[in-house]
Amino acid sequence: MSALATIRGRFGAFGGQYVPETLMPAVIELEAAFEAAWTDTAFRDELDRLLRTYVGRPTPLTDARRLAAAVGLRRVLLKREDLTHTGAHKINNAIGQGLLAKRMGKKRVIAETGAGQHGVATATACALLGLECVVYMGTVDMERQKPNVFRMRLLGADVRGVDAGSRTLKDAVNEAIRDWVTNVRTTYYLLGSAIGMHPYPTMVRELQSVIGREARAQSLDLLGRLPDVVMACVGGGSNAIGTFAPFLDDASVKLRGVEAGGEGLESGHHAASIVGGSVGVLHGTKTYVLQDSDGQIRETHSISAGLDYPGVGPQHAALHDSGRVTYVARTDAEALEAFRLLCRTEGIIPALEPAHAIADLPYVARELGRELDVLVCLSGRGDKDLDTVIGRGAAPPEDPPA
Amino acid sequence: MTVASGTGVERIERAFAAAKRERRMAIVIYLMTGFPRRDATRGLVRAALDGGADVIELGVPFSDPMADGTTVQHAGETALREGIRLDDCIAEAAGAVAERDAAVLLMGYLNPFLQYGPERLAGALRSAGIAGVIAPDLPAEESAVIDAALVPAGVARIDMVAPTTPDDRLERLLPRARGFVYCVSLTGVTGARSGLSQDVAPFLRRVRARTPLPIAVGFGISRPEHVRALRGIADGVAVGSAAIDAIDHAEPGRAEDALRDLVRSLREGGAG
Repeated sequence: MSALATIRGRFGAFGGQYVPETLMPAVIELEAAFEAAWTDTAFRDELDRLLRTYVGRPTPLTDARRLAAAVGLRRVLLKREDLTHTGAHKINNAIGQGLLAKRMGKKRVIAETGAGQHGVATATACALLGLECVVYMGTVDMERQKPNVFRMRLLGADVRGVDAGSRTLKDAVNEAIRDWVTNVRTTYYLLGSAIGMHPYPTMVRELQSVIGREARAQSLDLLGRLPDVVMACVGGGSNAIGTFAPFLDDASVKLRGVEAGGEGLESGHHAASIVGGSVGVLHGTKTYVLQDSDGQIRETHSISAGLDYPGVGPQHAALHDSGRVTYVARTDAEALEAFRLLCRTEGIIPALEPAHAIADLPYVARELGRELDVLVCLSGRGDKDLDTVIGRGAAPPEDPPA
Repeated sequence: MTVASGTGVERIERAFAAAKRERRMAIVIYLMTGFPRRDATRGLVRAALDGGADVIELGVPFSDPMADGTTVQHAGETALREGIRLDDCIAEAAGAVAERDAAVLLMGYLNPFLQYGPERLAGALRSAGIAGVIAPDLPAEESAVIDAALVPAGVARIDMVAPTTPDDRLERLLPRARGFVYCVSLTGVTGARSGLSQDVAPFLRRVRARTPLPIAVGFGISRPEHVRALRGIADGVAVGSAAIDAIDHAEPGRAEDALRDLVRSLREGGAG
């Protein structure tokens, strides 16, 4: 695949740069800076070195045999992004963009965060690289992801609560964009998902594609061939696009993205932008969004803060329209059930985000067949979600009665 | 009732020409439709015009206003709670045109315009005599999506230019301008500021050297002394957050008076 998207960041009918004029010179500069860095061997070598010696790459591919038996598939391979430093795939992007910020001479970095994983990853990268770090986070998310707020502050980040709108990820993005408009000359906006204005969807895909490149090679080693199905959860869609991108040209590999179905699509309380949304413009990009008939962005719901976003990366929108990737949604209840299943069958406590992808495995077995080798991106670990899970009764707070 | 005369863009041109003839700054007042109540807008538009406003920008509320500071954000949230839709904004603007032959623009984010449908929007604005649309999240590169409908209908789609816009980019953007050039005074979001940005004078000189059109300056302009300081380097000011604040902080029942007084003081600041 080409290193950069089509002209001005279009993916078919999607993408683009719907930003205030004040930011246009900055996004044009960013595109050029990324292109120069990405084709510079010294930059790539430094990134690879940090991914190897700091992030802990390559991450393993775990052959999850008891899980496979439980969901009725021949094989389930888990790509273990939960084992990276900071415990989620977000670090791949944060380190890469942190290096880019430094190369561009920006001393101040801002970021938005939902679950807090991207905020922690950005705070980590900034501590490592000696950059000032400000993280915007909705106050609802600060409450449900407290441990990550403490982590960011320990790492030296200034965590600023956002009390506007739904007080979740979309509002944190709005506030980060407002900061960027104000401080554009000195500040680097380290966006955490494959969303937003060009060049972010392309840049984040390239930085996250390390997941899919490793997983593809590891599958060939383990199976002697490619997996039949490759899956990932989709909120903004950064772990998914990073997992899918190196498989896009492998026609034999079915790709499947799992959105957050919340309390069910029919309830209206969900965050499934592709499965349950329509085309609109949000945060600088044209994509599928959750909106009412007036074009107002709807409040979303997911048990998983990291998927609780009313839009999706524009390349996912295009992959949906072209049919190359199948998108489905699984509910909060199904994700909790899958969370428990993975704990008990494999001794892995997943984040609630990839638990949605695990929850889809029985559907894959039913719809596509049992004799399949399925690769799932396990995008993060579940420590941050323990309060939520205990509160929902999916994990016992005390020893279960004998 | 005055019969609407000419196109919306012609009304804008007449408004700036009149201010120039009277050797004063043109005053553009932004009001969020439906703030502080659904039924308040008609009276507030009249008050702004009575105070001497030359152009009215009616805000279309949006759930995610990324270029706005807290004042306009809160006004928009109120408007959405009041159930204000784009049709309501068009109706209020149309009323001001029909009643006062006013120069009126709609200002709002792209997505509500897009979902309404560019063709339908163009038809509604044209028949109401509304001058045009300003969308702060729609840069020139992406604007074809609605320009293709608005421009043939004689409805302006106003580009903004900013202090960060380099000269070569100004030279590409300014020939597209219609009616006036909207200059963002600072790098930042909307909202009243105590002083003017250091950036503003050199920026306005860069724009002035490249366009014959009147220049209006917005973002952060809130006081008569700001308007006075901009005399000679701009032709008009756009004031939004200060107008909303005046309405919001007025004694009960005195919002229209407070707005009229603010507009009058801004106009006096830019005269003489």
